[in-house]
Amino acid sequence: MSNDKRKVTIKAWRFNAETDYLPYTKEYKMEVGKDELVLDLMNKIKWEHDGSFSYRRSCRHGICGACAIKVNGKSVLACKQNAIELLDMFNNEITLEPQSKKRAVKDMIIDKSDFWDKHAQVKPYVVADIDPRPESESKQSIAQFNAMLDSDLCIQCGACHYACPALEVNEDYLGPAALVAAFRFTADTRDEAGKERLELTAQPKIGVWDCVKCYECAEACPKEVNPIEKIGKLHNMQFEQGVAQSNIATRHAEGFVRSIRQYGFLDEADIVVYSEGYLGMYKHLKTAYKMMKSGKIHWQDGVPFIDSMPKIKNLDEVQKLIDISMTNKL
Amino acid sequence: MSKLKYALYTGCTAKQSTPELLSSTLAVADKLGIEIIILEEASCCGASHLQDFDEFLAHVLNARNICYAEKLGLTMITICNTCQLNSAMTKHALDTNPELKAKVNEKLAEVGLEYKGTSEIKHFLYALIDEYGLDNIKDKVVTPLSNFNIAPFYGCHNIRPSELHHSSNGGENPYVPTSLDTLIDALEGNPVDYSHKNKCCGFHVELQANHTSEVLAGNALVDAIDNNADMLVTPCPLCHLKMDTYQDDMGKVIGRDIELPVLHMPQMVALALGCSEKELGLNFHVQKATQIFNDVSK
Repeated sequence: MSNDKRKVTIKAWRFNAETDYLPYTKEYKMEVGKDELVLDLMNKIKWEHDGSFSYRRSCRHGICGACAIKVNGKSVLACKQNAIELLDMFNNEITLEPQSKKRAVKDMIIDKSDFWDKHAQVKPYVVADIDPRPESESKQSIAQFNAMLDSDLCIQCGACHYACPALEVNEDYLGPAALVAAFRFTADTRDEAGKERLELTAQPKIGVWDCVKCYECAEACPKEVNPIEKIGKLHNMQFEQGVAQSNIATRHAEGFVRSIRQYGFLDEADIVVYSEGYLGMYKHLKTAYKMMKSGKIHWQDGVPFIDSMPKIKNLDEVQKLIDISMTNKL
Repeated sequence: MSKLKYALYTGCTAKQSTPELLSSTLAVADKLGIEIIILEEASCCGASHLQDFDEFLAHVLNARNICYAEKLGLTMITICNTCQLNSAMTKHALDTNPELKAKVNEKLAEVGLEYKGTSEIKHFLYALIDEYGLDNIKDKVVTPLSNFNIAPFYGCHNIRPSELHHSSNGGENPYVPTSLDTLIDALEGNPVDYSHKNKCCGFHVELQANHTSEVLAGNALVDAIDNNADMLVTPCPLCHLKMDTYQDDMGKVIGRDIELPVLHMPQMVALALGCSEKELGLNFHVQKATQIFNDVSK
């Protein structure tokens, strides 16, 4: 079957934090068969080329989450990702990289403590007063389990966490993996710490409101957990359970209803004024001036009682639908 | 080729802060002989923020918008990535969850509408490429963009989550997107290859996490500039607003001078098809872009 093998040169990002001043890239020539995984490529580098090449591996069955790396910036679970598929995607030029270069310890191995710290913050376990000698099991119905969506499938591999651009800029942000865990246990009917978790995840800089909505996490997850969907659920739960405080982010979300009820469209000027409050508007004066100068906005847009907004046709339908469909309030 | 006809969902920005997006879209459609009916009844898609507040309400309102395209028996085209995402998410949720669809239709019945799921939802970029065809566009180019190095900026909500978009975006790979590059090629411009082309612009946290937003947009623009871009082009007016309006602010945050015109995808096409200066509306940009109209034919 050697005819089926593809001759390629695989690059790997190399770095030893103890001895190297700068990282470097090394090339390894090898043949890759159609059923081989990225983990097989890493094994080949270590076993056939350079025994010092370092990476984490354990179960080889997509369940321990140890072998998650990046290839050309794409998060992959090495024991699940087919190598040929990846070579096709990147035109046979691939570079194996650690999940986070700034956290690299040696080659593919990173210091994942930031991930575990974030995870621990959301209390990723069922918090409940349970009789030490219970008479029966604490069972969940299928419906109760399904309410957790597929959040229980998370294997803590870190693929979403290290794909998240918000987390890269803002180190305080909990990030998609911790937020999935927050949802998982808050949605669990046996748990009693839901409110505490919702309060934590409602905090500015830390919680769900710092998600940039890029969907990198949904794309990165090898278990198809779709973290951003759970972040969305947490947003809704904060309003449902009365945890949401009135702040710039929550008013920005709720303010959409106000505009849509009035015009059908979002009133772009009003949403900024409503979210910031009149006192906060000083921050936006320069931007408003720039936008006015180029004709993007008009002087009367931000002034109350002067209505310069376009309106949609059949606005009454939208108003009625808001009245009969809205379930949350701020 | 039979004449293409679409129901256009304008979204909010094209009706307010980016009038140039609407005028250039209509100008391109006119030049290519594509018939457009504007969905004047359509309301805001919620832009993911209404969804954060009340997901069910967002589904009801988006389903109502789609109803109007269904009534016309047309594909609904969008000119904003975020409108595309949120409309497509409602469509997907309703088409795959009969219980939710019934609940939404119960509300819609109160205003005499019913969501059926018969209309496709497609961004104008992919309608141009997959349905009108790049070769046909190429035939209509009167002022080739060969003077320009153009950095394609894809915008998250057209390419991720890929599973949701695959039926409407020609199977675009979010890690190696090509649609905008091929469109730039067809207009004889020089596509700029740079690593931030498929990254986030930070628009959605502009208010509550301003620093994050400035860094993300700034990094992308600087990457394009460092790869010799003369302009950046995006199919999303929210990416446009972020990247056009705040260049001086993000420059301060990341410590670099940033000056790069940011065009809407239809403006770029309009430029190559020889549309008028007024239709292009480059005067509406915060970062000076009007010179592009004069430079194109030099």
